[in-house]
Amino acid sequence: MAVRSADLPRPVSFTLNGCKLDAHPGETILQVAKRYRVEIPHLCYKEGLRADGNCRACVVEIEGERVLAPSCCRTPKEGAIISSDSERARHAQRLVLELLRGDVVDECNYTLNSELAHWSEKLGVGTPRFPMRTQPPADLSHPAISVNLDACIQCTRCVRACRETQANDVIGYAGRGSRARIVFDLEDPMGQSSCVACGECVQACPTGALMPANGVGLLPSDKQIDSVCPYCGVGCQLTYHVADNRILRVAGRDGPSNHDRLCVKGRYGFDYVSHRHRLTHPLIRRDDAPKHAELDLDPDDPLRDFREASWEEALMRAAGGLKAIRDRNGSSALAGFGSAKGSNEEAYLFQKLVRTAFGSNNVDHCTRLCHASSVAALLQMIGSGAVSNPVADVSAAEVIVLIGSNPTENHPVAATFFKNAARDGKTLIVMDPRRTEIARHADYVLQFKPDTDVAMLNAIMHAVIEQGLADEDFIHHRTEGYAALKAHLADYPPEKMEPICGIPASTLREVARVFAASKASMIFWGMGISQHVHGTDNARCLINLALISGQIGRRGTGLHPLRGQNNVQGASDVGLIPMVFPDYQRVDDTAVRTRFEALWGHKLDPRPGLTVVEIMHAIHDGQIRGMYIMGENPAMSDPNLNHARAALAALDHLVVQDIFMTETAHYADVVLPASAFPEKTGTFTNTDRRVQLGRQALDPPGEARQDLRIIVDMAHRLGLHWDYRSPHDVFDEMRRAMPSIAGITWDRLEAESAVTYPCEHEGDPGEEVIFIHEFPRQGGKALLVPAGLRNADELPDQDYPLVLITGRQLEHWHTGAMTRRASVLDAIEPVPVASLHPDQLDTIGAHPGDPIRLRSRRGEVVAHARIDGGLRKGQVFLPFCYHEAAANLLTNEALDPDGKIPEFKFCAIQIEVA
Amino acid sequence: MSRETVRRKASQSKGRRAGSSDLTQVNRYIDVDGCKRDHLIEYLHRIQDDCGYLPANLLVALAERLRMAPAEVYEVASFYHHFDVVKEDGLPPPALTVRVCDSISCSLNGAEALIGELQLRLGDGLRIQRVPCVGRCESAPVAVVGTRPLGMATADQILAAADSGNHADGIPPQARDYRSYRAQGGYRQLQDLVADSTPDPADGVIRALDDARLRGLGGAGFPAGRKWRIVRDYPAPRLMAVNIDEGEPGTFKDRYYLERDPHRFLEGMLIAAHVVGIERIYVYLRDEYAGIRTLLQRELQALQADPPCRLPPIELRRGAGAYICGEESAMIESIEGKRGMPRLRPPYIAERGLFDRPTLEHNMETLYWVPEILEKGAEWFLSHGRNGRNGLRSYSVSGRVKRPGVHLAPAGISVRGLIDEYCDGMLDGHRLKAYFPGGASGGILPASLDHLPLDFDTLNEYGCFIGSAAVIVLSDQDSVRAQALNAMRFFAHESCGQCTPCRVGTEKAAALMARPQWDQTLLEELCQVMEDASICGLGQAAPNPLRCAMRYFPEEF
Repeated sequence: MAVRSADLPRPVSFTLNGCKLDAHPGETILQVAKRYRVEIPHLCYKEGLRADGNCRACVVEIEGERVLAPSCCRTPKEGAIISSDSERARHAQRLVLELLRGDVVDECNYTLNSELAHWSEKLGVGTPRFPMRTQPPADLSHPAISVNLDACIQCTRCVRACRETQANDVIGYAGRGSRARIVFDLEDPMGQSSCVACGECVQACPTGALMPANGVGLLPSDKQIDSVCPYCGVGCQLTYHVADNRILRVAGRDGPSNHDRLCVKGRYGFDYVSHRHRLTHPLIRRDDAPKHAELDLDPDDPLRDFREASWEEALMRAAGGLKAIRDRNGSSALAGFGSAKGSNEEAYLFQKLVRTAFGSNNVDHCTRLCHASSVAALLQMIGSGAVSNPVADVSAAEVIVLIGSNPTENHPVAATFFKNAARDGKTLIVMDPRRTEIARHADYVLQFKPDTDVAMLNAIMHAVIEQGLADEDFIHHRTEGYAALKAHLADYPPEKMEPICGIPASTLREVARVFAASKASMIFWGMGISQHVHGTDNARCLINLALISGQIGRRGTGLHPLRGQNNVQGASDVGLIPMVFPDYQRVDDTAVRTRFEALWGHKLDPRPGLTVVEIMHAIHDGQIRGMYIMGENPAMSDPNLNHARAALAALDHLVVQDIFMTETAHYADVVLPASAFPEKTGTFTNTDRRVQLGRQALDPPGEARQDLRIIVDMAHRLGLHWDYRSPHDVFDEMRRAMPSIAGITWDRLEAESAVTYPCEHEGDPGEEVIFIHEFPRQGGKALLVPAGLRNADELPDQDYPLVLITGRQLEHWHTGAMTRRASVLDAIEPVPVASLHPDQLDTIGAHPGDPIRLRSRRGEVVAHARIDGGLRKGQVFLPFCYHEAAANLLTNEALDPDGKIPEFKFCAIQIEVA
Repeated sequence: MSRETVRRKASQSKGRRAGSSDLTQVNRYIDVDGCKRDHLIEYLHRIQDDCGYLPANLLVALAERLRMAPAEVYEVASFYHHFDVVKEDGLPPPALTVRVCDSISCSLNGAEALIGELQLRLGDGLRIQRVPCVGRCESAPVAVVGTRPLGMATADQILAAADSGNHADGIPPQARDYRSYRAQGGYRQLQDLVADSTPDPADGVIRALDDARLRGLGGAGFPAGRKWRIVRDYPAPRLMAVNIDEGEPGTFKDRYYLERDPHRFLEGMLIAAHVVGIERIYVYLRDEYAGIRTLLQRELQALQADPPCRLPPIELRRGAGAYICGEESAMIESIEGKRGMPRLRPPYIAERGLFDRPTLEHNMETLYWVPEILEKGAEWFLSHGRNGRNGLRSYSVSGRVKRPGVHLAPAGISVRGLIDEYCDGMLDGHRLKAYFPGGASGGILPASLDHLPLDFDTLNEYGCFIGSAAVIVLSDQDSVRAQALNAMRFFAHESCGQCTPCRVGTEKAAALMARPQWDQTLLEELCQVMEDASICGLGQAAPNPLRCAMRYFPEEF
């Protein structure tokens, strides 16, 4: 649509220092000056933060005004005559700088980039003539951040970063007058405060008063590499500051998903790459070290069970073992686990290797353990497993529902946007059996009884229909199956569900009304929805709710299962799952298979392969004899670990490709030392369907090799003739295999760092919002699928009276292989902790910090007790990242029938003082 | 540079957790059903009143109840001087606090000696705090035992009062109550206005204010009628805030009127609310006026129990010891439950004030005159005046005069006129040397300028302003230099800490002024940046006494 120039707001023209300038509407004097390269000193102003106008270093003289004005907060008026370099303005600017400088010790002690020093030098501010204030002592109590308030100029950039950007609300500005000071919580040492170490304050501080701990902020870097964060699915862009093949520090970059923000993992969790446990030589199991099911790993001494080998020998042995099984027992005796941590290119080649060299579809990865049920429901009902709208759409939403998700721990940067939206007046509805930090920001908190998602959601849908808020038009044109759903929901009135889910009927009705009647409502969910034996049903309810309310297909609406791993979306997209080829094209569809056979030049198996947990069972059954596992750690991440570990130990041949001697590698016959995230280049697809480029910043240590090369080398030794020289080559082939990304070029990724798919033709912008006109199902309509009530597989009873919930914690990633070797993250959360309600702890006579034993029918662990009033009595939360208290020794491997996802969020346990 | 990385303890969660008993205790202080963030300061008062201090654990519990972060509560609690936050390892303050005013009028009358003597004779369970002006300068030196003020205080009296167990300020006995105000024709102006069915009677009220040239009597002197018109033209809902945070050293006129005739002010307030179309009224009263608080609570109750007409909701809010909250936008922040930090303007509060709504803010006294002007007519008000000025002004006079107090006198009267005609002259043995025409921030004038008309706009060229008309008289026995330093220390103590020129400037200026030799060049540079670049009037006016001292009293240096 053409925009007539008369419709555009007119620029404001004014005079600055004698020059006529034009301001865009809303632009401040300082912003205009910056655009025209007129230098005005400023300290409390930082792009991206709300201008506060407190430092007064940027004051300018505006003709006709009595006093000077802060240029960071003022928009120029038409015809205004303004000077930033008049004698009066300059005097004020200089005096402000001098007053501030006089009160800080040499700020260059803490930072290489003091803005105060910079502007003082620019304006020729000499030695301050004022007596210096009494200086506060340093606060070095936090593992990640040093606090030296003797360099603080009270500009409150950190306060705004902490509270307005990240909405963590840890930093305050306490006291008054010259005693006004930056504090953490109740003026507590930072290390004891509620600080989550996102580092936004460090990034904001202009004088080094807040800096990375241990003085690393003073080390100059010799290169800066723009890349992506290796942890969760949010996909934050970042910059590695590197010197001597070592990452010194990490800074947030203005990516579409993070806008400079990072969390503690992204910012401080990088030194795992140089941990002493890194594997630097190929390893072959020693003949005198037979495998046994029990885990007795000593990562400091891999040579107890393995010997070092040359790459040639290791690859021969690795591939040879697999080939022998294939030739002896057939294709279906082999399986591969790829990883959602690897790049799209690695995942693509890995599944291609399994499907062509192994000859079966037995390839899967941890997506099975996180959103398999969500994807099953999405594929069934709307024909696509990806999110409909990006996280950033919260700014366009009126109502945001967050269910079964603890984003401040698991998707911390996405959580900041939820919190921002809530503070902007959007209605945030949090539904979770556990009350977590995000609840503080919510308008409605529905702390329903565990295991009753379907009851609650069906009641809400009942209330939507009952109140006449179903979007009949949308239902008619865009869906099928409504009559059946409506009939089904008639049995779920809120009053009847209230005693089941524990939420008052009136609240259910109100939430139904708020959600359905709003102009735009969005649903986000996490693994609290998916990791149940009724996970697919849970997800079906959410999809039904969005559809009958017509809350999908527009900005600010839709369905967003928050992805866990940095590339779980991409790994699934490129076919690292047993039932589909790249782009979710079913292996049992002849036309599809024919296409892939042509593209890959290889006969392909028409039968869907086995999933993660099914593969473990198949090993026990003797069907699967050999495996290739790349970057996955099932000996920690699978449910009922004793069973899973026994399976791994029972394999005839196991090849593990990883960067550490993981619990899984411990069972290997051959271990191939691979590359850490910053040691390679590749594309990664975040939760928003955004394909982003991760760039190599470091060389792999010792003889460790890049994963892509290892996969190619394995392929060669398994009889494939591949010729990929770079991730770029692989990506080009992926574009031919996957219509959804066909339009994304490598050059564009290099230039823009991120492109959203679907992007089917070169030059397409990429679609952030999908399902605008139709759903990718036969006929274009979504299918409404009723879901009934079903209980968890293992309910608490007299012997095992408590419910165990497993999950992650902020500092630790997945099975802890990386983060527990990242010094800062390990220092913040060094030992296994089990959280429970204070009254529950009382019942066993234990105190916070005491070791307690958690026992299920499958195993037991000991962890330190921590109280959490957000849990109900009867619930225990245990993160699964601690090998010494592996939560999955306790969990139940019962599967959701559709998604084949295990029930990580619910099993019965007992506890006692250890 | 490198050091061992600190590690967290196993039991340690991030930050503090509210204990269940603390949460239960906090329920006593909040309105459990409708607890609101903007009532934070009120809740803090209730805890401080009940416990004698603010225990850290209760602040954490309060934060949780209000769904705020602990830091958000702490920064507010630590901003106001009347709150004592005590952490787990800290000592609670003694049960009784004696506040001794050390501002200008009290310091002229021996506050220093009094504080010195008290500190020597101090017993257990008692602490002495130096505080800025408590608004009773006519009876300097003033001490406040608990909330009970003692004028012309001596150490003996103070210690006796401390021992007596009577530490509470009482309701001013002379106050005219609701019944008698009504009986004497009170609220008739309001009722007539509400009942008036002629087209736009409100406009007539505004015209009357215009005709009387009534200006804001808090200090800034903005024409009242124009203000009403501006706010009335912004879209509803509109709010009103009444400023009774009388804190300018030397000022006590608001207290004086409230102690006598609170309903005259309330009627004026309700007329303003009716004319401007106000949804809700907030009355912000400084915490130092405890007796008046009780009085206003009682009288508002009486008013609401038997209203003369339909009333908008009226909330009485309590300050917590912060001069800066007399600044209109800082007061708005404080009413919202925040630190009293002035806002940057634009936007002006008439357009975006309390809770971001258009807001009519007035000093108490401005409203106090409204009923009488309506009753007697603008002409009556304008008939007063001297030296070419019109109207009446309430001068708070203190210092070296025989009869200090609030003197209602013609606007434009000179200090000489005030002293001779209203104050029975200078104290015996004292000769006029200098005077503060408008409290600490209005600057200092020499005796040679004792003829200047005291009114808005007349003193600007002399580097002074009349502000709240607090006239503090200094004699030949007083040091202007010492009182300029007293004023600067006051500003440093009361600066909110937001902007550099004021936060750092006042403190550095006070330090430089405490030196035997003043570096006048450097001080003048400092004055310039404070005046030019501070956010609000506090920092902009803080240099006035300093500059006047250098300009008019070179002999003292």
